Amino acid sequence: MSNHVWRPAWVVLGVVALILTARFFYVPSDFGTHERGFMYGYYRKANEEDWKKIKVKYLTKEYCKDCHSDKYEMNMASKHSIIQCENCHGPALDHPENPPKLVIDNSRDLCIRCHAKLNYPSSRRGELKGIDPETHNAGMECSGCHNPHKPSLEGLK
Amino acid sequence: MSDNCSRREFFANALKLAAVAAIPVGALKILEPGEAKAAIAKTGVRWGFVVDTYKCIGCGFCVKACKNENEVQYDAPVSRTWVERYVIKKDGEMLADTPNAARDGFTTSKIHGQAVPDSEISKAFFVPKLCNQCDNPPCAQVCPVGATYQAPDGVVLVDRTWCIGCGYCIMACPYGVRFFHPKYKVAEKCNFCYHRISKGMKTACVDACPTGARMIGNLKDPNDPVTKIVLNERVGVLKDEYGTKPQVFYLGLDKNVR
Repeated sequence: MSNHVWRPAWVVLGVVALILTARFFYVPSDFGTHERGFMYGYYRKANEEDWKKIKVKYLTKEYCKDCHSDKYEMNMASKHSIIQCENCHGPALDHPENPPKLVIDNSRDLCIRCHAKLNYPSSRRGELKGIDPETHNAGMECSGCHNPHKPSLEGLK
Repeated sequence: MSDNCSRREFFANALKLAAVAAIPVGALKILEPGEAKAAIAKTGVRWGFVVDTYKCIGCGFCVKACKNENEVQYDAPVSRTWVERYVIKKDGEMLADTPNAARDGFTTSKIHGQAVPDSEISKAFFVPKLCNQCDNPPCAQVCPVGATYQAPDGVVLVDRTWCIGCGYCIMACPYGVRFFHPKYKVAEKCNFCYHRISKGMKTACVDACPTGARMIGNLKDPNDPVTKIVLNERVGVLKDEYGTKPQVFYLGLDKNVR
């Protein structure tokens, strides 16, 4: 075959070889088809571990209960026992090192997430005790009268 | 006997041909020893989720916890999970909203600024939404680079180092659970808090829920509470007709929920 055919052919072959070489070094060896087959399972296996390594921020009551046993026990005996400490106090992270103090959110906005009365039939929200935030002591913090750790009308401050 | 085949032979041969044609190509594939071993030794875990829409009170603590746990900017208009409110009026009109993905909960009866008197409501409820971790995930199917995939335990993950941000998966998801992460600039979605469930914890939303409306469990364990609900109670899935086989099951799903 004549030269003018071979020369561009060599260029094309060179480019293909270059791409394959680059791919060999760039694509990790664990990249390929895994358990779910090519359609759903074509990926880099090490990424599963990458996700598992992410730091847990919300550590649940199990983390709080030893140091704050007084609050924990009071809360566990109340109607708020299912609510996590961190729902109101924010994620524990590395507390007490970092952050040394967690937030204490006394805002009305936090309480009325559940306790703004919505009369919704077929939802438990309709059964939950609630108030009209616009008429029930508007502007005041709920925790001025109610103890969030032990919310019962008998326990009003 | 003539050269032509008899009617009996013709039928017999036709049946043999049909039987051979019915063997799938996959059945003829010879597996490497490693592949065969992997195919037999399946993982004992398949993560599944149950949402009880009767119990959900629309407080939005799940959304708050999810955003913080998974570092999705708190003020960005995107979220891995969200809660929808459905109000169906007595005249048949349906109203639905999810202000800020219900990050701050539902604290007023106004929907899109419109007041709905209690006397007009025939039913009203909240529906939490999250990734369905489909058994046939269309998002993983369309990914052109192999950046999103289904892990052996059924959770669909996104490889942040591999994603090129083309957005095909965001378009492909029939449930709209995918979005661009504002910080990492790659596709983002709920992954059942993979870093928590792999450590034996529950997802951040399940822990934060004050009513137990959200549950996560192992569908391969017949004694798991989630598996028991899926097997023994009347559960529904979203958009069943798409054939995606969602693994998030809803108790009390209404026909108005999409």
